[in-house]
Amino acid sequence: MKVMQSKLHITILLLTILFPLSVFSAGDKVDLMEQKWPFNGIFGRFDNTALQRGFKVYREVCAACHGIRHVSYRDLKDIGFSSDEIKSIAGEYEITDGPNDEGEMFQREALPSDKFVGPYENDNVARVANNGAYPPDLSLIVKARAGGADYLYSLLNGYKEYPEDYEASEGMYYNTFYPGNQIAMPSPIEDDIVEYDDGTEATHTQIAKDVTAFLAWTAEPELEERKSLGVKTLFFLVLITIMLLGVKRKIWKDLD
Amino acid sequence: MDNQENKKTGITGWIDKRLPVFTFINHNLRDYPTPKNLNYFWNFGSLAGITLVIMIVTGILLAMQYTANTDIAFDSVERIMRDVNNGWLLRYIHMNGASMFFIIVYIHIFRGLYYGSYKYPREILWMLGVVILLLMMATAFMGYVLPWGQMSFWGATVITNLFSAFPVIGDYIVTFLWGGFSVDNPTLSRFFVLHYLLPFAIVGVVALHLVALHQFGSNNPTGVDVKSSGDTIPFHPYYTVKDYFGLGVFLIVYAALVFFAPNFLGHPDNYIPANPLQTPAHIVPEWYFLPFYAILRAVPDKLTGVLLMFAAVLVLFLLPWLDKHKVRSATFRPFYKQFYWLFFINAIVLGWVGAMPAEGVYVLIARIASVYYFSFFLIIMPLLSRFEKVGELPSSISAAVLSKKFDKDINESYAK
Repeated sequence: MKVMQSKLHITILLLTILFPLSVFSAGDKVDLMEQKWPFNGIFGRFDNTALQRGFKVYREVCAACHGIRHVSYRDLKDIGFSSDEIKSIAGEYEITDGPNDEGEMFQREALPSDKFVGPYENDNVARVANNGAYPPDLSLIVKARAGGADYLYSLLNGYKEYPEDYEASEGMYYNTFYPGNQIAMPSPIEDDIVEYDDGTEATHTQIAKDVTAFLAWTAEPELEERKSLGVKTLFFLVLITIMLLGVKRKIWKDLD
Repeated sequence: MDNQENKKTGITGWIDKRLPVFTFINHNLRDYPTPKNLNYFWNFGSLAGITLVIMIVTGILLAMQYTANTDIAFDSVERIMRDVNNGWLLRYIHMNGASMFFIIVYIHIFRGLYYGSYKYPREILWMLGVVILLLMMATAFMGYVLPWGQMSFWGATVITNLFSAFPVIGDYIVTFLWGGFSVDNPTLSRFFVLHYLLPFAIVGVVALHLVALHQFGSNNPTGVDVKSSGDTIPFHPYYTVKDYFGLGVFLIVYAALVFFAPNFLGHPDNYIPANPLQTPAHIVPEWYFLPFYAILRAVPDKLTGVLLMFAAVLVLFLLPWLDKHKVRSATFRPFYKQFYWLFFINAIVLGWVGAMPAEGVYVLIARIASVYYFSFFLIIMPLLSRFEKVGELPSSISAAVLSKKFDKDINESYAK
């Protein structure tokens, strides 16, 4: 009876904790193209060479319409760029600064401490340039979409011809994974749209994978630090909890 | 025990004579006689207290970096995540701490409900607990608005709009809450102030909760009153060490969430900056509000729905007078026990259906579950108080503990 009761208690506890799980797992979504990302799992790490390739894709393709305004140039150090490389990357962007002593605004090269300069001066300009659709900032895109990296990867691979009898809207494209299937962004990548410096073959899927990995990093630059601290913390907590259980048993023993 | 303070000499003795803090600690955390048969469900009170402290400490540190202005609130949170030293850790501890706080407090409440901890003489203790729950809900709701993401904005819009259901004064209340004619900068700014203020109100009510608790001491799994000193053990070291162990287990779960799935309980839309011109496909509150949200949506009439949603929490205040059965613990109440577990499952169903779209079969499920939610308190409890027959109770806590041990020994000897 006692055993049964404690089992029941445990089940209830688990249910209470796991209950929110079911809330979010329920849904009528299409199955995403799930990938084995190196940054998944409790020991997950970013692959810097992939992130650097992804950065190249971002810079040469995505950056034409999308910003990453939460990321600073100096942050690129985390994915393996040297200070000099970062300086020269930042130097390619111009930003408006000021006012100076004469009260004038002026243009200057971006510094590593600046945030990434976006493609448009403001949201309205962005809309006008894109047929009314606003290209969202990509810094947080992986965190801001259900399915995360898998969703983004699927989206980049999900462009299809319109199915027959589909009432297509003007200037929209068909994507299997986009909610509602009609997306304003044309398929941004194709084979060899970039040339990788490390000799990796630039296939469509490879490009999609690299740029997704890069954007997973821009969304969660703290991921590696978080997970490695997490493993240490959990190790410590489990150890001390086992010890506390021992102490508890010892102290309670003299009550029997 | 009264001699304890006289024995103290030196500085502690000098202080204690003028300000009896050491005597106080001794009475309430050391010698404090506690029933010897408390199970692990009695850990959740201290866990809730610890979580409150964690929330306040991380919250104060976050407030040093956060800016409550609609133009930069979202970016200031991202700056905490990226540029503030360990800012991501602080924020994830705080964000997931809210969920952990509710898990703990809900278990704590269900514990009280099972073992009849709200009954004479602990009515005020229970009611103070309900006040804490209400304050927590208000605090959590306003806290969720602060990052100024899409769910922050639209959650705030939906919930504050509920007050417009009240006839005549409804619109005035909403304008008053907003500080304007829509959820905007004045709203964010006052929510931040209140989100910072209310936790200290919670601390105050928690203090009262503890005073009320220590007046009669803890209830226990048998629900039988403490009859002699043989029924109790000193709080320290027995329950301090048990609480430490419980804390360890709790922190393992909490840390796993913070470090490996920090956004698991959140909504991805809240990483999209608030946009008053674009409504998200589904506006869902945080998980801990879902059962009440389900009750709200189960009712076709807005005003009735709002009233019932509030009533779902407020009905807890009446519990000591709805359940007047002499026996506290459900262990000895065969019928109450069944209805209790049904109520528990029902609460989970309400939470689940609260996350589903309000259409088709979900509406029906939500209605049935809402009816049972209120029937449990308003019909079943009073009827059971009157008619439920119970067997013989153990004569004391010690007797119950001994007979349990006796059963165990018998079983073991049979097993051999």
